[in-house]
Amino acid sequence: MSEVVLNHRSMTKERWLTKSWRFSLVLVAILMALPVITVFSFVFQPAGDVWQHLASTVLKDYVINSLLLMFGVGTGVLVMGVSTAWVCTTCEFPGRRLFEWALLLPLAMPAYIIAYTYTGMLDFAGPVQTGLRELFGWGYGDYWFPEVRSLTGAMLMLSLVLYPYVYLLARAAFLEQSVCVLEVSRTLGASPARTFFRVALPLARPAVITGLSLALMETLADYGTVQYFGVSTFTTGIFRTWFGLGDASAAAQLSAVLMSFVFMLILLERWSRSQAQYHNASQKLRSLPRHDLRGWRMWVGLLVCLLPLSFGFVVPALQLLAWSVQTATDTLNDAFLTLTLNSLLLAASAALIALLLGLFMAYGKRLNPSWMATGAIRVASMGYAVPGTVIAVGVMIPFAAFDNAVDGWFRDNLDFSTGLLLSGTLVILLFAYTVRFLAVSLQTVEAGLGKIKPSMDDAARSLGYRPRTVLRKIHMPIMRGSLLTAILLVFVDVLKELPATLILRPFNFNTLAVRAYELASDERLADAATASLAIVLAGIIPVIMLSRSIAKARHANLT
Amino acid sequence: MFGSFKKGFMLAGLAMSMVVPPLMAAEEVNLYSARKEELIKPLLDKFTTETGIKVNLVTGKADALLQRLKSEGQNSPADLLLTTDAGRLYRAQEAGVLAPVQSARLDELVPAQYRNPEGYWFGMSVRARPIVYVKSAVDPQTLSSYEDLADSQWKGHICIRSSDNIYNQSLVASMIATNGLKATEAWAADFVKNFARPPKGGDRDQIKAAAAGECDIAVINTYYLGMMLQDDEQRPQAEKVAVFWPNQDGRGTHVNISGIGLTAAAANRDNAVKLMEFLASDEAQAWYANVNHEYPIRDGIEVSDILKAWGTFKADDLNLQALGKHNAEAVMLMDRVGWK
Amino acid sequence: MQTLLEVHNAVVAYGSQTVVKDISFSLQPGEIGCLLGPSGCGKTTLLRAIAGFELLKFGEIHMRGQTISHAGWALPPEQRRVGMVFQDFALFPHLRVSENIAFGLPHLSERERSARVASLLSLIGLSEHASKYPHQLSGGQQQRIAVARAIAPRPELLLLDEPFSSLDVELREQMAREVRGILQQEEITGILVTHDQHEAFAMADSIGVLNEGRLVQWDNAYNLYHQPQNRFVADFVGQGEILPGRVINAHQVETDLGIIEGRVPKGCDCGCPVDVLVRPDDVQHDDESPLKARVIEKAFRGADFLYRVELDTGAQLLCFAPSHHNHALGEPIGIRLEIDHLVMFKQEQP
Repeated sequence: MSEVVLNHRSMTKERWLTKSWRFSLVLVAILMALPVITVFSFVFQPAGDVWQHLASTVLKDYVINSLLLMFGVGTGVLVMGVSTAWVCTTCEFPGRRLFEWALLLPLAMPAYIIAYTYTGMLDFAGPVQTGLRELFGWGYGDYWFPEVRSLTGAMLMLSLVLYPYVYLLARAAFLEQSVCVLEVSRTLGASPARTFFRVALPLARPAVITGLSLALMETLADYGTVQYFGVSTFTTGIFRTWFGLGDASAAAQLSAVLMSFVFMLILLERWSRSQAQYHNASQKLRSLPRHDLRGWRMWVGLLVCLLPLSFGFVVPALQLLAWSVQTATDTLNDAFLTLTLNSLLLAASAALIALLLGLFMAYGKRLNPSWMATGAIRVASMGYAVPGTVIAVGVMIPFAAFDNAVDGWFRDNLDFSTGLLLSGTLVILLFAYTVRFLAVSLQTVEAGLGKIKPSMDDAARSLGYRPRTVLRKIHMPIMRGSLLTAILLVFVDVLKELPATLILRPFNFNTLAVRAYELASDERLADAATASLAIVLAGIIPVIMLSRSIAKARHANLT
Repeated sequence: MFGSFKKGFMLAGLAMSMVVPPLMAAEEVNLYSARKEELIKPLLDKFTTETGIKVNLVTGKADALLQRLKSEGQNSPADLLLTTDAGRLYRAQEAGVLAPVQSARLDELVPAQYRNPEGYWFGMSVRARPIVYVKSAVDPQTLSSYEDLADSQWKGHICIRSSDNIYNQSLVASMIATNGLKATEAWAADFVKNFARPPKGGDRDQIKAAAAGECDIAVINTYYLGMMLQDDEQRPQAEKVAVFWPNQDGRGTHVNISGIGLTAAAANRDNAVKLMEFLASDEAQAWYANVNHEYPIRDGIEVSDILKAWGTFKADDLNLQALGKHNAEAVMLMDRVGWK
Repeated sequence: MQTLLEVHNAVVAYGSQTVVKDISFSLQPGEIGCLLGPSGCGKTTLLRAIAGFELLKFGEIHMRGQTISHAGWALPPEQRRVGMVFQDFALFPHLRVSENIAFGLPHLSERERSARVASLLSLIGLSEHASKYPHQLSGGQQQRIAVARAIAPRPELLLLDEPFSSLDVELREQMAREVRGILQQEEITGILVTHDQHEAFAMADSIGVLNEGRLVQWDNAYNLYHQPQNRFVADFVGQGEILPGRVINAHQVETDLGIIEGRVPKGCDCGCPVDVLVRPDDVQHDDESPLKARVIEKAFRGADFLYRVELDTGAQLLCFAPSHHNHALGEPIGIRLEIDHLVMFKQEQP
């Protein structure tokens, strides 16, 4: 009897858990959406005649440039990401194993750093052009040289550092594809190329699109690169309107337009995806037979991998190294060690928080697949496309309001001032990171969770395991790869993050990104190099771990 | 697994508490600075050594810091806001986050045109934005004023950075204040036609482009040229250009200031004023002039050889309040004439 | 012997939709039951309710006399000693075959565990695959592992949810017999859910036919075939054709094939129209018979032919013939009725 009562209680507890989970899911989503909501709330303040001014002068430029940039970066990351993923997954050629992980390295390179670096190298006054002039005795106007600081340059820079998102996800998708499906296509008379375009690529589409959308969201949020290159985009427009024209409302309205645009893109993608099923029906997986590349094909394969890797990582890293060597004696000191530690700790904490929240939300949705849960998740992941400064301000205003309200209450009732509890602490900074990068961890966790069929849960429970144990014994091992990916992606992203860090950090608190930016924006590229290189180095370690975990996942066939 | 995460979380919390220095109630002053750490920290350290007052620092972009100050309101920990242009100080004052300071010493150290009449902010260094020209290509006799740069003889010869930049916004704002909106817009429309290339990069990039032959004339803040002259690698480029002080027959060369204001929320008022006075002192002024090649706020300060070589000049004595007042107009004007 | 499983008036609903409607049945220890029905009939839901994954809205489920489910409450699945084999096997991809089987045995010592795993592996004949991963095996092998994993903790009741549906047709019946053998050897009571009568016949002692959430008939295979309770069961189980007839007295019905004797359904008076179920084995091919019917379809099945024949009246029948009796389409052949169990239903009003 007592057992029955106990069990009764446990069942009610389970249902209570589900209910409270749904509640807190929405609560967390609202909290995560708070900065976005704050920005949106400015929309309702009258913005004066600024809109008319914008519409008649620069708005067209903003829109066209942003769309062109998205198109260029989209094409760039697709071409580089998909081709490298395909070659590395299905072909065998010298150095393939190395490329498999090395191709992820540009992920560690902040976009503004690569922009500064290439400008330093390729500018009219840079070593390359100067060398050419000296070599051929040319002067200004005697020759044509591509301009780095242009829209095309911005497309290239962003593509070079963002293609790993597509590579990462496309490669995982190709690895999971059943050989059978590909072979069926061949038996139906399709050439390898046709098989790739008609079968493999469409099957990998959800993964490729996810990678693409991450890259495009980062593109829209980018300020450093386009601003330095003098390309007016929607994002630079937001800043110009806000700070130059001093009109926060109009700036918020521009941000709202940007966010709505992103939201529309996401919906469009979801809708188009729902039109087709992409599950691999085959239970049987055989390891992919690799196609041995010989002769000129081998060189093509090598080139496909070598180009993005060299220009996205090796060349700029070497340039940074060269600069660092010149300045290392001045920059490498105790303070630098502190910077590095700060960066690592902050990135690790943020990654952990983003992962936990991602898990919390993804599971909430799995247990409770309601439209409310889905909506909450979509809203919570919008922060990724919003420029860091906008997020930062969106975080700052509600937090400060909260702090001041608490302080006011204590003053009124207890005659005691609490001051600002959260503003200006690392809590607010970590919150901002979470808002900004939750999308990354959420998407990865959701993808991992999708691999676990509900029947596996049931099987484990019918074998005598409690839900919590099922989580530990079944979910965690199967999702390990995805969880690692989530944590490492956020880690690298936070390491590179600048605008929110700059504005929200506590007193006397510096990170590598802040240091690199302060020097670089002061046009002291050489002095900025050490900090930049440190960001890249700190980012490399997780990138290598990430790649290892993927290879291992394939080895154990966690597909 | 949740257990281990919990542990990890606690560890992170512990680590965080270690990296956040506790804000002690001891002698200290908190500073929000738009000046980069490299260009302020040595002076602050000197201040601490001399007075025993600890300076806590957050650097960032001026607008962001101002926003932070605004949202933190009465409880803001910041005692001082330091910016690198007068426009932002004006904006801070308008936003009500600054408090006036009555200090006979500051009034004595900072000339009237470089401070707010009621004491809301004080200039700490002067930043001049003259014309530089390629010595081998331009006869300085042909140069005269900013207004003259709109002349069609300079078509395709001028390098200047983007209108996103506050220094250009301030320059145009000063012209609006002096010549009026209409005249300035007409000037800007012609001036833009003379650009050698679409605006991009910072002030150093304009000097480099001029040195490389892409253009003959650039408008820049002098300290960038000064820093290039100090850098072994960049000196050859910097040496190809010379400074021309425009509008010497009229109102004078456009100048801006870096300046500081006491916040309305300041808890360490006395210490803050001490720091302001220190930054205006001979010692600090000489440091600015020698390390960053900015002009001291007043005459009689020993400056670097580089500054001496550029000679003296007549600065526009327009009250810098005007820069802030006309900033939005300036940005819109530049939008209209297509100054990117 | 104590009844192992009793399901009393079970009702399961999703929202306003009632999926399982008032179902009762019981199983004795060692008995293998089957829930048979078309897809969407509620059979899987009922199985999941027995496993503890679904809550009852009404009714009770007892195991060995203990209540394990009642309206709004269910003993958690992990406390029921009920094993389950899933349609998609649900093998854990990250565990080896042996680890999958050992998964439900954490309470055993290392030695006992490996002994149990080894004996199960040899029982299913996969000893040499112990250290492989599930995806490296064929469907049939995965199936056996799923069964072995489910019975490893010696559950009192094993639930099999369409376990053979992802296998090749030829493999299904063989696997069904194999699994039956394993269950009998391990003395485990089982419930199979399927829509395939051959699987049901090959494996189960008693079979419940479900339709639209209701248990239509709970019986053994023989009775289901020969004494279906209604048209649905008659149609769903086995082949056969319906011959319209008319009651002439309490024991006789007049049809196109003449007067047939049998038990007339309740509520049928003289002259009442009825449907007579004629199974192919009720119709004998006899060249000598005066009753002729035209061949309109034929299927050679190796040991015999299955002919579909048409009477002059237009009524159709199925008929087995020995495999050397090869007749051409359209050819009239002689047939003879030999009905042991006459099954007839009152004609449903259209």
